[in-house]
Amino acid sequence: MHLNSKVPEGSLEKKWQNYQLKSQLINPANKKKLSVIVVGSGLSGAGAAATLAELGYDIKCFCYQDSARRAHSVAAQGGINAAKNYQHDGDSVYRMFYDTLKGGDFRSREANTYRLAELSAPLIDHFVQQGVPFAREYGGTLVNRSFGGVQVQRTFYARGQTGQQLLLASYSQLYKMIHAKKVQMFPRSEMVDLVVINGKAKGIIVRNLVSGKLERYAADAVVLATGGYSRVFRLSTLAIGCNGSALWKAHKKGAYFAAPSFTQIHPTALPQSSEAQSKLTLMSESLRNDGRIWVPKQKEDSRKPKDISEEERDYYLERRYPSFGNLAPRDIASRAAKERIDAGFGVGRLKNAVYLDFKHAIEKFGLETIKDRYGNLFNMYKKITGIDAYTTPMLISPAAHFSMGGLWVDYELMTTIPGLYAVGECNFSDHGANRLGANSLLQASVDGYFILPNTINNYLADEIKADHPTTDHPEFDKAEKEAQAHIDKILSINGTKTVDHFHRELGKIMWQDCAMSRTKKGLEKAIKQIEALKDDFWKDVKVTGNQNEMNTELEKAYRLADFIELGILMCTDALQRDESCGAHFREEFQTSEGEALRVDETYSYVSAWEYNEGDFTLHKEHLEFEFVKPTVRSYK
Amino acid sequence: MKVTFKIWRQENPNAKGDFKSYEVDGLTEDMSFLEALDQLNEELVLKDEKVIAYEYDCREGICGQCGVFINGRAHGPHDNITTCQLHMRSFEDGQTITVEPWRAKAFPIIKDLVVDRSAFDRIIESGAYISSKTGTAPEANAIPIPKEIADKAMDAAACIGCGACVASCKNSSAMLFTSAKINHLNSLPQGKAESSSRLKKMTYQMDLEGFGNCTNTGACEIECPEGISIKNIAEMNAAWMKQKLFG
Repeated sequence: MHLNSKVPEGSLEKKWQNYQLKSQLINPANKKKLSVIVVGSGLSGAGAAATLAELGYDIKCFCYQDSARRAHSVAAQGGINAAKNYQHDGDSVYRMFYDTLKGGDFRSREANTYRLAELSAPLIDHFVQQGVPFAREYGGTLVNRSFGGVQVQRTFYARGQTGQQLLLASYSQLYKMIHAKKVQMFPRSEMVDLVVINGKAKGIIVRNLVSGKLERYAADAVVLATGGYSRVFRLSTLAIGCNGSALWKAHKKGAYFAAPSFTQIHPTALPQSSEAQSKLTLMSESLRNDGRIWVPKQKEDSRKPKDISEEERDYYLERRYPSFGNLAPRDIASRAAKERIDAGFGVGRLKNAVYLDFKHAIEKFGLETIKDRYGNLFNMYKKITGIDAYTTPMLISPAAHFSMGGLWVDYELMTTIPGLYAVGECNFSDHGANRLGANSLLQASVDGYFILPNTINNYLADEIKADHPTTDHPEFDKAEKEAQAHIDKILSINGTKTVDHFHRELGKIMWQDCAMSRTKKGLEKAIKQIEALKDDFWKDVKVTGNQNEMNTELEKAYRLADFIELGILMCTDALQRDESCGAHFREEFQTSEGEALRVDETYSYVSAWEYNEGDFTLHKEHLEFEFVKPTVRSYK
Repeated sequence: MKVTFKIWRQENPNAKGDFKSYEVDGLTEDMSFLEALDQLNEELVLKDEKVIAYEYDCREGICGQCGVFINGRAHGPHDNITTCQLHMRSFEDGQTITVEPWRAKAFPIIKDLVVDRSAFDRIIESGAYISSKTGTAPEANAIPIPKEIADKAMDAAACIGCGACVASCKNSSAMLFTSAKINHLNSLPQGKAESSSRLKKMTYQMDLEGFGNCTNTGACEIECPEGISIKNIAEMNAAWMKQKLFG
């Protein structure tokens, strides 16, 4: 199948406008007759559901949590980027586009990335109007700060809770439309399969997490807004319930999976402290605005940080990347931390961390200013570790974070299955091989609020006259039976090992061989190990309880079954890419200074994988750089 | 370390619940309280027993999904934290830890420690929004909002919707939750137009859900993970009086 990105004609600045001019419109009376399913209620899902409902479509929105307000967008701390140039520091849509494209190491589509930057400014207007209490100057205008990989201040924030405030705004807007009876909300409901009728996405099978029953829902189009899949590493910054199952089911039904191995490892999470740990808490990248990262110059130095003098400290990011310093992009900062830790300079009880120190910032700006900027993050740090970071440097460590990869989508955010869309983190489109800080909330929101509501009409216009699907179609029977058989099989194994045991094992393999640093040998070994783990899972997993009840253990089990298969695809993808780019660092491909070595002649494409009965076929979308010449990404 | 969990088990909303005790060994002080329950659940699976249902998601104190009563206090022995932020270092070796679900008429139990907090969603649905559609917003800096006002709105907006305020209130009042949302939106210029109807609709819905009234004990603000001030309730009541008197 030829991958048609459907990028419109014209200059970068005109493409989105040209697209909208040519796309089909639907009159309000007909919109009422069309229904759309939205899976996920985070920023992209809630934004899409609310906006599509405002436009007049009939919406059903699903989430696995007890309320739409819990979606993991809530946890993004630092901020959201927008090319407003309020700080008068030379910012522009073009510069933001360029920073994002370069930050992604030239592995994303120019037109999509430009549109992301273009729509960023109206998005801030939107959220202000919805009541988001962004940080303000005394005079009442909006404040900005810097984030990694850029040299301007374009990040808007609401203390260290920006994601929460944006999500609550979209949650409010969603509930406004629920009140207007234009959206039906289904919390505690998890999609377990996609229903495809005559090649088009027409519905989903859902497991009601309270009753355990399988339910059918039909619509004229299905939108996946299910977030990232970094829980494949088990230990990650994601919520425990985050999973890749909706994506994986869609993939198995024909949606191509793009660049699955592009995973961002975030440099500033709290280090792992024990085997029992379930999650690694993120400390916002915004802390790198004022905090300085260092390790002792002496190996295995076990003195307290305050006893190590300035001359004995290695501010390694400032040393290696003088022009960006502590604000080097995430992939680079993570690898640099790993390099120091692996070389024996790590600190903390398990020697698996580096220091993030605010001593100088407090001396320079005063304690009150630092409290105002990061108070809630310091409080959070204290609650978790019991340590006061105003007086002792924080201990931080890299952790699996964001999935740049996801379902392949075209310019309209449609997957390779007609009528199936993917928005937000679950698609692959704008971030390339590495995402810049504060671009995640942006992409999720722009996809949901502005892009999808202006592209889905182009598909739905042709569906007005088509048969509207009903849940008694044989394809619904088939999909429900398959989902039922899958669950029955898991419950019937009655083995000797827990789901968490298998997840820990999968996490170890993935972290060892498919995270910050990858090798051909390691990836080949990892694939074999995961295949063995898969066999063992299906022979020896033990899940108690039954299907027709709230059963959290069963939920974990079927999510993990998909993660295991996804893990194999991630390693397969990392293996085929004989180059280093962004977060994908293959040890065989590096410069003499240890930086990523891109191979543009061969690998300037998006890998898009087709599922074939347990095997994967690679398709390539070649990236054409019409407006920007890819350069060696340097932050020195 | 070793502790005894005394946990509320209830099969479904209509079943009669009861406490059941479980000894868990091999815990460490660095483990979070929920990780200790995770370990207990793994042990239960291996003993062929059904796992305990309890809620969580982000495990970093922001999603608001976790929340149980621990030794008689919402979210455990410390002020202003969520259950997922509680660590085993807060307990003694050998201690018995009693774990119960939120108890409130408006929060019916679904299973074990899981309750239904959809009443909160319905309060939001009744008026906690600004009625402007996507695409209709004016330029963000067109309406300046002084820092003090933005900061105050943010203080109120920080609510994570966990329900600890209700659970720790002897009247199961949701006034901290409701007032925080009203004050967040009503203090901003964008929210002014609907401020009076918002106040009316949200408080009406709050009463309808079966939440009690505030008698100013202040328990809610101590347990609130975001430390949302009880002053919000006073402000909401004052706005109510003003509306009654002057329309």
